[in-house]
Amino acid sequence: METYRDLPQSTYTLQTTESVRTGTWRTLRPVIDQSKCVRCYACWKFCPDLSIEVHEEGDYPKVDYDHCKGCGICSNECPKQAIQMVREESVCSI
Amino acid sequence: MLDLMTANAAAAKAAMLARVEVIAAYPITPQTSISEKLAEMCANNELRAKYIKVESEHSAMAALIGASFIGARTFTATSSQGLALMHEMLFWAAGARRPIVMPVVSRALGPPWNIWTDHMDVMGERDTGWLQFFCENNQETLDMILMAYRIAEDRDIMLPAMVIEDGFILSHTFEKVDVPAIEEVDFYLHPFNPDVKVNLNKPRRYGSLVMPDWAMEFRYNNALAMERAKKKVVEAGTAFKKAFGRDYGGLLEEYRCEDAEVALVIVGSAAGTAKVSADRMRERGKKVGVLKLRAFRPFPSDELLAVGKRVGTIGVFDRSYTYGQGGAIFGEVRNALFPLAGQVRTKGYIGGLGGRDVTENDFEKIFEDLLAISSGGKAGKEIEWVALKDGSLRW
Repeated sequence: METYRDLPQSTYTLQTTESVRTGTWRTLRPVIDQSKCVRCYACWKFCPDLSIEVHEEGDYPKVDYDHCKGCGICSNECPKQAIQMVREESVCSI
Repeated sequence: MLDLMTANAAAAKAAMLARVEVIAAYPITPQTSISEKLAEMCANNELRAKYIKVESEHSAMAALIGASFIGARTFTATSSQGLALMHEMLFWAAGARRPIVMPVVSRALGPPWNIWTDHMDVMGERDTGWLQFFCENNQETLDMILMAYRIAEDRDIMLPAMVIEDGFILSHTFEKVDVPAIEEVDFYLHPFNPDVKVNLNKPRRYGSLVMPDWAMEFRYNNALAMERAKKKVVEAGTAFKKAFGRDYGGLLEEYRCEDAEVALVIVGSAAGTAKVSADRMRERGKKVGVLKLRAFRPFPSDELLAVGKRVGTIGVFDRSYTYGQGGAIFGEVRNALFPLAGQVRTKGYIGGLGGRDVTENDFEKIFEDLLAISSGGKAGKEIEWVALKDGSLRW
């Protein structure tokens, strides 16, 4: 592309937003304590970024850390306080 | 077929004739009867469109942007505060080049709370990148919606369009309207078939991020499309005349301006009143004319400049006010006439705000004022508020 004439009329990308790893924005990480989890899936229901995965009914929910931005809604909504928000630097070693 | 209908009924009828495929609308006075009529048409299977009931005007526009990306012909209508709530999505629709057509039934923005016509709502959206067309009567409302789809969906344009009808004065007033047969409209308006469509099997991101190295070029392309629209408005009008016999005269309609000494620039329903006043003045030998702006975006600068070379005194009637500056149209007309600075005298008039009636007598006084300026009198105030209760006996 060299000039404005080479551009499409409006912007679009060939990939979906899945290719954008928004998980790198996170400072707080949700960690699910399976001993407290009752698999009600409130976290899955409330996650605004589709970052709680439940593949089969009955599975424990799993966090998609590639995309979770660490907003903490899941932790706030969990009726059993099974999700703790943990500072990233305490789990990442540099 | 001749029928008797309000401009809102004419707008709904135009949507049906255009075979719109997705409608998303939220009620607001004085627009509501458009979305009600369309809901009724959908319920009765007179119109096979998907009608999306939304929770706000912001959502209505968002829904249509998505629908338009699928390749559907889309329609909504709004007024005043509802249009203001859409503001963010209006930029989105234009930036994403979605040719949505939307009647705006013009109404004042509160407070003071007021449901009657003025153009403050429309003028607040003039920089969103939408085409903006003003209508003088119910017939023009129906016809302009059909023309708007043809202009907006042109591959060289691909911009959304507002078709503006004055609240109550047109929206709720019955007039004679010649409704074309849908088969004739099919011949004038072909199905919408955009180059880029959402394909659910190949998910993509639309309207995605552009870094500073290219964002300006996207803006420039929008600017070029708006420029190209000037020619397309004329073409759509010529084709319309050929198909339906009604001639609206492009971006700017000149009424009795050929030998005029003074002319008044005006938009919307008040243009009809101004024409009647001009006729009366002509009967008394006064050489006055009316310049009806049909398009405000794109703005017909070249056409106005051409008139300015013949007509020495040009007044502008604004049914809106830009605080701290003056009339929105007045500012742009003077900008267009700048190459003739010193030769053309101008004056701005503000009137009809919040639905205040603008009468034939008001326009006669405006024409008399302009004639006095034309024969060497002083303009007095550069911008004058028409029929303002200021204790004077002027109006």
